[in-house]
Amino acid sequence: MKIVVNGAERETGDATTIAEIVETERGRSVMSGVAVALNGEVVTRKAWGQTRVANGDRIEILVATQGG
Amino acid sequence: MDDPFVIAGKELTSRLVIGTGGAASLEALEQAVIASGADLATVALRRIDPHARGSIVDVLRRTGCSMLPNTAGCFTARDAIRTAKLAREAFETHWIKLEVIGDDRTLLPDAGELLDAAEVLVNDGFVVLAYTNDDPVLARRLEAVGCGAVMPLGSPIGSGMGILNPYNIRMIVEGASVPVILDAGVGTASDAALAMELGCDAVLLASSVTRARAPAVMAEAMRHAVEAGRLARRAGRIPRRLYAEPSTTFEGLPELD
Repeated sequence: MKIVVNGAERETGDATTIAEIVETERGRSVMSGVAVALNGEVVTRKAWGQTRVANGDRIEILVATQGG
Repeated sequence: MDDPFVIAGKELTSRLVIGTGGAASLEALEQAVIASGADLATVALRRIDPHARGSIVDVLRRTGCSMLPNTAGCFTARDAIRTAKLAREAFETHWIKLEVIGDDRTLLPDAGELLDAAEVLVNDGFVVLAYTNDDPVLARRLEAVGCGAVMPLGSPIGSGMGILNPYNIRMIVEGASVPVILDAGVGTASDAALAMELGCDAVLLASSVTRARAPAVMAEAMRHAVEAGRLARRAGRIPRRLYAEPSTTFEGLPELD
């Protein structure tokens, strides 16, 4: 199935969790201070492991960056 | 001199709040944060970069700064509220620097959206530090909906034009019972000192330090300026006069002709 992660289309298996997607996307970057939005709504860290994505879902994985 | 600076029950050791945007590198930023003496620093929330080296979170942890996430880039109350909730999740803080921008050329706040977002976030348990226009009436409205601090701009973000309307800043200070933090527009140390002399409780600045030729040196200058301005405010300035007022008495003046 197809999902969109941070604006880029991704192919993923059924029953993929948010936790797995975050793990794939983060690459070598650090994990402290990460937030996830699924179709615009916050997914709490506790729920990452149980939240499964569906075809067409939009996922935003966000971290702290420099900003005024 | 005992002069605590408290926002929503939390005491801060510095009246300089540092914004982290605009630094050339995390190393330069870290030096500037240390030199500033700030113990609160703003951060933004953006898409993860798998190739990023280092993290602003680690820099702030090392320097002992608490994080104040912002909603920079939001143009509607809805986006700002969502961003604030994501920031709360990411950083485990319910403090938010609320920015709702109404115009992308001046980055001036959208008063209506700002007030709406502030009310929703306060009711959701956030400590809202609202970046606002230098408008005493809007500042009062933001306080009335429960903002923990009001943060009027001196001039547009990153413009370095200093405080364009000192009268309005004074009026905001006079009317506020929550802390007033001058946010945006500071160009150099005298601007920060003026903000404090006008009675602001603190100054928030980013570009003037991070984009200075020597960020850590400017950070140190800002630290002194904020402290000096605060002391001057507490000491009480003399009134301005049109004519001179001799500081040396004429009494006992010898006749030498």
